[in-house]
Amino acid sequence: MTTQMFGAPIRRKEDPRLLTGGGRYLDDLGQHALAAAFVRSPHAHARITDIDVTDAVDVGGIVAIYTWEDLPGKVAEPLPLLIPHPTLTHGRTGYALARDEVNHVGEPVVMVVATDRYLAEDACQRIRVDYELLPVVVGIENARDGAHLVHEDAPGNVAAHMVQETGDVEAALATAPHTLTLDLAIERSACMPMEGKGVYARWNDEDGELRIYSSTQTSTGVRAAVAAKLELPLAKVECIAPDVGGGFGVKIMHPWPEEVLVPWAARLLKREVKWAEDRREHFISSAHERGQLQKVTVGFDDEGRVLGLDVKFWHDNGAYTPYGIIVPIITSTQLLGPYKPGAYRCEFWSLYTNTVLVTPYRGAGRPQGVFAMERTMDAIADYLDLDRAEVRSRNFILPEEMPYDHGLLFQDGRPLKYDSGDFPASLDKLKKLVGWDDFEAYRAEAEAEGRKVGLGIGCYVEGTGVGPYEGGHITIETSGRVNVATGLTTQGQGHQTAFAQIVAQELGVPIEDVHVTTGDTRKMPYAVGTFASRAAVMSGNAIALATRNVKAKALRIAADALEVSEDDLEIVDGVVQVKGAPTTSMPLGTVAVLSNPLRYAFDDAAKAATQFAGTFDPDKPPVADDEEPGLEGRDFYSPTQATFANGMHAAIVETDPVTAEIRILRYCVIHDCGTMINPMIVEGQVHGGVAQGVGGALYERMAYDESGQLLNASFMDFLMPYASEVPHIEADHLETPSPLNPLGIKGAGEAGCIPVSAVIASAIEDAEGFPITSMPISPVELWELRQRHETGELPSLRHHHGQHQTAAAPSRDQEPTA
Amino acid sequence: MKPAPFVHHAPRSVEEAVDVLAQVGHDGKVLAGGQSLIPILNMRLASPGHLVDINRVAGLDRVEVRDGDVRVGALVRHAELEHHEGAYAALPLLRQALVNVAHPAIRNRGTTVGSIAHADAAGEMPAILALTEGVVEAAGPRGTREISPADFFLGALETCLAEDELAVAVRFPRFSPGTATAFAESARRHGDYAMAGVAAAVTVVDGVITDARTSFVSVTDVPSVLDLTEVLGGSEPADADWAAAAEVVRGHVEPEADIHATADYRRMLAGELARRVLAQAAQNAATTKGSSH
Ligand SMILES: Cc1cc2nc3c(=O)[nH]c(=O)nc-3n(C[C@H](O)[C@H](O)[C@H](O)COP(=O)(O)OP(=O)(O)OC[C@H]3O[C@@H](n4cnc5c(N)ncnc54)[C@H](O)[C@@H]3O)c2cc1C
Repeated sequence: MTTQMFGAPIRRKEDPRLLTGGGRYLDDLGQHALAAAFVRSPHAHARITDIDVTDAVDVGGIVAIYTWEDLPGKVAEPLPLLIPHPTLTHGRTGYALARDEVNHVGEPVVMVVATDRYLAEDACQRIRVDYELLPVVVGIENARDGAHLVHEDAPGNVAAHMVQETGDVEAALATAPHTLTLDLAIERSACMPMEGKGVYARWNDEDGELRIYSSTQTSTGVRAAVAAKLELPLAKVECIAPDVGGGFGVKIMHPWPEEVLVPWAARLLKREVKWAEDRREHFISSAHERGQLQKVTVGFDDEGRVLGLDVKFWHDNGAYTPYGIIVPIITSTQLLGPYKPGAYRCEFWSLYTNTVLVTPYRGAGRPQGVFAMERTMDAIADYLDLDRAEVRSRNFILPEEMPYDHGLLFQDGRPLKYDSGDFPASLDKLKKLVGWDDFEAYRAEAEAEGRKVGLGIGCYVEGTGVGPYEGGHITIETSGRVNVATGLTTQGQGHQTAFAQIVAQELGVPIEDVHVTTGDTRKMPYAVGTFASRAAVMSGNAIALATRNVKAKALRIAADALEVSEDDLEIVDGVVQVKGAPTTSMPLGTVAVLSNPLRYAFDDAAKAATQFAGTFDPDKPPVADDEEPGLEGRDFYSPTQATFANGMHAAIVETDPVTAEIRILRYCVIHDCGTMINPMIVEGQVHGGVAQGVGGALYERMAYDESGQLLNASFMDFLMPYASEVPHIEADHLETPSPLNPLGIKGAGEAGCIPVSAVIASAIEDAEGFPITSMPISPVELWELRQRHETGELPSLRHHHGQHQTAAAPSRDQEPTA
Repeated sequence: MKPAPFVHHAPRSVEEAVDVLAQVGHDGKVLAGGQSLIPILNMRLASPGHLVDINRVAGLDRVEVRDGDVRVGALVRHAELEHHEGAYAALPLLRQALVNVAHPAIRNRGTTVGSIAHADAAGEMPAILALTEGVVEAAGPRGTREISPADFFLGALETCLAEDELAVAVRFPRFSPGTATAFAESARRHGDYAMAGVAAAVTVVDGVITDARTSFVSVTDVPSVLDLTEVLGGSEPADADWAAAAEVVRGHVEPEADIHATADYRRMLAGELARRVLAQAAQNAATTKGSSH
């Protein structure tokens, strides 16, 4: 075999290019394209009464100004509802340009096209839109209360109401020796990729063809959506995702209004048009996530085993539901983590508010679900005065119980059935890594120095690699160059490296010869997209299968040419050779020449494949009946269900006794994503995820005021953690292969961020001695909680182990029943 | 996020800059490091018709460490002053505060004089100018003048500089022998504008505090100096009543709430940070026996 590539922590092939300014992002393209800019609604809820553009037409360089009235046919219709669901009874989507009503600040109302972006913005400033203000719904309580409606025809602001249940929860709770109820809250945050969205369209009028570049997580999706909107044959539309500077979910939503409008304007004007989102636009007109209120009732026995779990939550879906209710469905199913819940019922309401819409953000509903479950585990432990890790382990699904079917439907409409995982082993590793059993000694030492510290823990299971499918396409050129195409897109994950490792390993070629293309519908028109930690599982396996096909073909051709049996051949370093007799060999490039019988010789290599070169069997056609010319292989991978990765995190935090400033002293991660293609890339993904998780736990929130203005729509006031806020991450892995796919891999993209809010809440609670029920938490909030705790308004934990325990306050929210 | 149209002027001398400023009047703005002004323009929170870019003006880029003070020209970047060993030796407080001004990339372009001219209540260097009882040197069509912090800062983002005046330098006087300084702030993230910050200068003579003063970041709308000598004077650093000083500080500051912190929290922070920096400065003053560290 060639050097072991699969599993090797090799450096990312793409980094030298990306780190030295060689990347080609959306705004690097189309330097001479016209620029689009948008007048966006300054109001959260209003009726448009008049639009006056007269002052704007005088601005030099203005090419066109469009309002909804100018839009033809399907472009004027509401944007598609991408993922319908039977319980989404009141799904609503916006228009590419607002028609007569706006439902959040930032909704596009007028599109301006000019010779450059500066002039386009000058014109925007001169356009007057008159609004009649409508009552604004901000915040889940107000939405739930339903006094005002976001959409008049969506009563109670309810977009969807869904219940899933296994077992008899009512009965389980009634007979459980103990029950507790927790009221919990999680704030909004957002993906905030370094590069915003962007679209650049080129219309070729002679050929009636459209090329779209979009900073998207799904070029096939954008292609299909735009072709439908513009009523163009699919064959006349191509979409390419160039280098993309991060996505984290927001770019899987499509088509964004701009993705429809920019190509439409390009066709109409017969000019190239480009729009690159700026940061303020990204804050107010892309997507957010996370906001939920939750109520958990849990019944458990004296050992802390959960007997029944009843969860209700209210999910803020923002102004529209183009991405359906994927996020709350994931919350309601992935909440269960590594545990057996006994009887389980989850009921949620997905509610409209006059805010930016909510679509998946890395973690996609899981951080909220894990928060609910892990807060519950800590509450049980405190109630019974048991070790928090012990309570968790008593509820674990055990390795011998795999595959484990929860009896629920997951986000892909398929059974929530865990394929593998060894939760006790993961917990064991985590406890050793963080020094779980020595913590009380450390706490005592810290307390002697006047310091407050706490230890927190959180576990999760993540369904990754959902279908329906992805494909891989391999071509080997006569030079030996191996071209790999897969249709899903890449936005910095290291796909060029990880996929090349798979091909190098499977085929037996140097990794330098492997060139991976993603997200280009010209190269691979069948694809779904990059989301749900699915790229490695889906495209990784598809590419492996395609490679196996091309390898089989190469061996067939070489066996024929070398007059040996295929079984005796192997490929080493790009050369097909006889096992044990490497002098009988032929470079893969030569095999490629032979695979494609030629009439014309255009270079030396090609000569060998022409009709008068060499010998051939005159009774056989140049291309055999069941073969195709070329050294090509293609295959698709379509699994019956998701594969479930898991992980466990622990953190030690310190809280300042006076100022309530919060510092993470240690952050430990045990992560199991099955077989790893490249541990270094996995670790990078985990680090990035934890960083985003820290943001969600301690820094980020969307500060909407009651009129629906986003008060912190800039990086000055929306606090993403800097390197200085992200702790050193200590990570270790467990590799429990997935039995579901040929490579045994599970997704790793989202993992890092999922349990962080739960872990930090757990640690702060442990440091402070009173319950933490709402995240994120800032120093000022912790300081205020302390004051409420001192006055007795906030109860203490029952069995806090630090010195700050106060005597009073016997229980949490509810006394034990039965 | 593109600025409205403006005319860019690039004068080569102070006289020329002042001339242009006089011509364009209230429609003009000085552009120094641009770290505050450019974001304001890009967000169209302001749209001056003329930018008078002083980056090519000769002679404004010097740090001069002199007997009585450190003089900082209008084009000296925060980073240069921060790393200036002579300035550090003369007035350690400059570096103590500057490391808290944003991040290195911003300090590489932003100017110390610009940050004082910008007069943000959340800026560190206005508070340092106040505590050192420094001077702003301004040039205008009517000649040059020297302005004390008390006269210079009129309100948040408001100074006494006229439209046609350019701040050409600021001077930070050295402290008297036996004085040590300390600076601390609390920001949501490292390098952010602080929720509260406190600079302290404490003089210890013969083991006894003879002078103690503080100035504040983000909790007063103009930089002001609070003299705490009455509370702390006469005590030895080991048993000074820091809690009483903190109490006076909490009474003195007038914080406002924003999305990052309530007024009460900032008031608490100001008191606590004052307690810490006063104690630290006093400790240093006592142990270094008369040096200015
Ligand atoms: C992300 C970020 C974080 C920051 N964090 C902090 C922080 O924590 N603390 C802090 O103090 N600052 C912070 N700043 C601001 C930074 O310190 C700026 O450098 C400073 O506020 C202004 O200096 P400048 O040279 O960039 O001035 P400019 O942006 O060029 O000008 C600012 C204002 O001052 C006027 N001005 C500038 N120079 C003169 C002059 N010589 N005479 C008359 N008027 C003049 C301009 O007309 C303008 O109104 C931050 C900036 C950014 C972008």
